[in-house]
Order: sequence, then C-alpha cells, then structure tokens
Amino acid sequence: MSVLGLASQVLEIFAALALAPLLAGWVGQCRAWLQNRSGPGLLQPYRVLHKLFNKDSVLATHASPLFRTAPYVIFGCMTLACGIVPTLSTDLPLSPAADAIALVGLFALARVFAALAAMDVGTAFGSLGARREMLIGFLAEPALLMVFFTAALISDSTSLTTIVRTLSAREIGIQPSLALAAVALVMVALAENARVPVDNPATHLELTMVHEALILEYSGRHLALLEWAAALKLFAYACIGIALFAPWGVAHGQAPAALVFALPVLVAKLAAAGFLLALLETVSAKMRIFRVPEFLGMAFLLAVIAMLVKILLGAGPQ
Amino acid sequence: MTGLTQQLIDLFAALLLLLAFAMLAQRRILSLIHLYTLQGAVLVAAAAVMGYATRQPHLYVSAGVTLALKVFLIPSLLHRVINRLNVRWDLEMLINVPTTLIAGIVLVIFAFYLAAPIAGLAASIARGTLGIALACILLSFMMMITRSKAVPQVIGFLAMENGLFFAATAATYGMPMVVELGIALDVLVGILILGVFMFQIREQFDSLDIRHLEKLKDD
Repeated sequence: MSVLGLASQVLEIFAALALAPLLAGWVGQCRAWLQNRSGPGLLQPYRVLHKLFNKDSVLATHASPLFRTAPYVIFGCMTLACGIVPTLSTDLPLSPAADAIALVGLFALARVFAALAAMDVGTAFGSLGARREMLIGFLAEPALLMVFFTAALISDSTSLTTIVRTLSAREIGIQPSLALAAVALVMVALAENARVPVDNPATHLELTMVHEALILEYSGRHLALLEWAAALKLFAYACIGIALFAPWGVAHGQAPAALVFALPVLVAKLAAAGFLLALLETVSAKMRIFRVPEFLGMAFLLAVIAMLVKILLGAGPQ
Repeated sequence: MTGLTQQLIDLFAALLLLLAFAMLAQRRILSLIHLYTLQGAVLVAAAAVMGYATRQPHLYVSAGVTLALKVFLIPSLLHRVINRLNVRWDLEMLINVPTTLIAGIVLVIFAFYLAAPIAGLAASIARGTLGIALACILLSFMMMITRSKAVPQVIGFLAMENGLFFAATAATYGMPMVVELGIALDVLVGILILGVFMFQIREQFDSLDIRHLEKLKDD
C-alpha cells in the first residue's frame, strides 16, 4: 500500500462527499431548465443539508435504537461504495478488499437497513414504502449483477480496478455487449435512485412515492444524513456507469500528475451524465408500480443478452 | 478494415437478437409490423456488409431482394391487411410477457449451446453469429406459439424466415441464387395466401382467434 494510493483513496472519498450534493443539484437544475423553469440553483442541496444539520431531530416514542442507527449505517455504506468505485485512480488500497459483488452487497445492506428502519415506527407509509423498496430491490439487484458480470467477463476479473484498467486500455470500437449492458445499467440506476419512470423524486406526499415514504419519519440530522446518502448513491451509480462504459482519463498506478488531471475529467463526465439523466426524466412519464417488474425484467433481460452475446461473439478487439 | 466489418456484423447480429426479443414482448400489432420492418432493414445492412467483407457480389443481389421484399413490399401488404381487418390495437397473449421473456432467455442459451460446435467448424468470418441466427429462429417460433391471433402468427412466421436468411448468410455466405429467389417468391406467395386465409377465418368465426380452428365441426 503506497502513500500515493492512500492519498488517492482519501481524495476519492472526499471528492465523492463534496461532489455528490452538487450532482443532485445539477440534475435538479437541468430538469428545471428543460421544463422551462428557473430552478433552485446548483447549491440548493448544500443549503438543505446545512438547514437540516442545524435542526433538532425528533424521534417517535416507540422508535428503537435501530431507527437511530440506520441513517449512520446507510451513510457509511454509501460512502464506502463511493470509495470502492475507481473514479480518479485505479491504485486504490480498498479495492482488493471489495469487488463488484461486494459493492452490490453494500447497496443491499443499505436497502435492508432503510426498510427495517421504515417499518420500525409502525406507520402505514413506512411499511408501504419498505415493501415497495424491497420489490424494486430484489428485481434490480440481479440485473445490476449481470451488468457487472458482463464487464467482468471482458476483463476476466470481478475487481473493479482491474475492470477499469482493462477497459480503458482497449481500443475504442463498437461493442454490442457493452452497449446492451449500458442500457440495462441506466434502467437499474433509474429504479434504484427513485428517478422518474419508477418514482418521483420531486414529490413529498403522494400515494405512489417509494423513497420519500421510507424516510418520512426522519428529521434533523438523521434526515440530512439520509439525503446525503441518497445523493451519494446517485453519485456512485453515475461513477459505476462512467467506470464501466467511459473509463478514459482515470489515473493508473503511480502518477500524481494524472491524478490531478483526473478530477476535472470526472467532473465533466458527471456533468454530461447528470444532463442525460435530467433529459431522460423529462421525456418519460411515471409508470404504475405494477409495471415496474416488467421494466426491471427488461433490464435483466438486456443484461443477460449482453452477457450471452459476449460469450458467443467474443470481446471484439482487445 | 476486417476489424471494423467484423464489429459491424457482430453489432447487426446483436441488434437482430434484440429485435427478436422486442417482437416477443410487443403487444400491439402495428408496432409488431414496424419491428418486422426494422428487422428486415438490419438484415439488408448485415448482408451488404458481409458482401463487402467477403467480396461476394451475389450477397448484394440478395440484400437488394430483401430490401424490396421485407422492408417495402411485405410490410405495406401487412399494413393493408390490418387496415382492412381493422385490428390495429389487438393484443392477446397466451402467456404473460415476463414469463415469455424468461423462456426466451432459456431458448437463446439452448441455441448458443447447439451452435457452438458447428461454429467451431465453419470458416466464415461471421461464424460466431450462427448461434444468434438460430436463437432468432427459435424466438420467432415461440412468438408464433404464444400468440392466439392470426396476424401476429403470420408475422412470427415471417420473422422466422428472416432468422433463416441470416443463418444462411452467416454460415455459408448465402444460399445459391436460385434457392434464394425461390424462397423470396415463396414468402411473397405465402403472405398473399395467408392474407386471404385471414379474411376467411374472420368471415367464418367473426374473430381472428385461431383457437376457433381447433373445433372440427359445429356441435
């Protein structure tokens, strides 16, 4: 474990913590522009976080310790997830400890805690949200795993740093399997981050909400942590997409100069990804909750086809 | 250059597989016809690229015949049939969509497994795509099985012929010209006869549901 590796790991986690609310604000701003509104500004998520951290946290009388610890667990999971995905450098001390499958496991851990905490207080909305979250989760998880397996087949490793290193060393060409996997990942990301075709992030009181129903009972610093964790999750998914399908510009090995260069590249890629997400959300309409299994089934199908096409046709040019 | 054509052929093969799945999942007849047209267009592109890569001029001819027949003539005939029958929004499936799609994945794995030893023997540049062609045939076959209405079944039959054409192009750079022209004419005559047949079914039973045909006589 080198000093530079440690430095890039720390830098990556701090960049994620700092940039995640900005990405959420950028998506909101783009949505506002596309809908011909002026929008709340890029810094709105920071203002919300600041406000929430300064407020008192109110707990229900029957809330158990689980309810209080869940925000910290979820926030920790998402921070760790952002640390595992190689966004700035492939020389990460954390990466031998956790591969792509462990990353999916981290998301699952956060989801289980969110669902348990939502059911803890015993309100109707909480358990409704928890059930819907689990419905979406158990369908989205296999699709996400299949997307990772497609990339892992191409690079012969489930370690994310090896995947990024192999994919960025490859010459640019048309890869049917990666294109199919990319579409599948976008569908999974929309469902997992409670974006428009599956859930509406802009609503607070609606019978169809999923994410907001989960965190309805939280307030103050707990809510701030959960909001931050949601932003980190979006950031992590965007970084997964970038790492698998546009891995150019990431620093390799011992190269401090490349590390400095990697940050603006990452910001530019994230800005493009955020704009695409806002565009997708604007042109699509929210679907009924009972159509979600079909939507995610389609994502799973695309990911499996991607893997099968990879097995049959080979990786193309190496 | 071969790298690029190889990639293009792989891309078209993946597109064909995707379109076969889209047809399997599609509920509306009108969209089904659009997908069939798109499949024909991809087939034309694949045959043309294959002809360019292998310098086989007769592949251009078969691409041209496919373009005229499967992109223009047959879709327009199908459009006329569904306009006359007034069944643009008909939708009925015997099995629900997710189950069909999962069965489709199993079929694709079976086709790939079946094609792997054959592909090992072939020397064509597109030998890897043989499994995809076989999968397209099986998927179209399943589409015929899971639909109860006459028009989607006919489209499934036509899509199956598309898969066969792709298999022939992928494995052996296309069939002999005489066979290819014969098949093209057969498909054309087939669609005309099936069109008449659909009107007859409708006249007889007031519906296009082919389950009516299972009864041998009126009780």
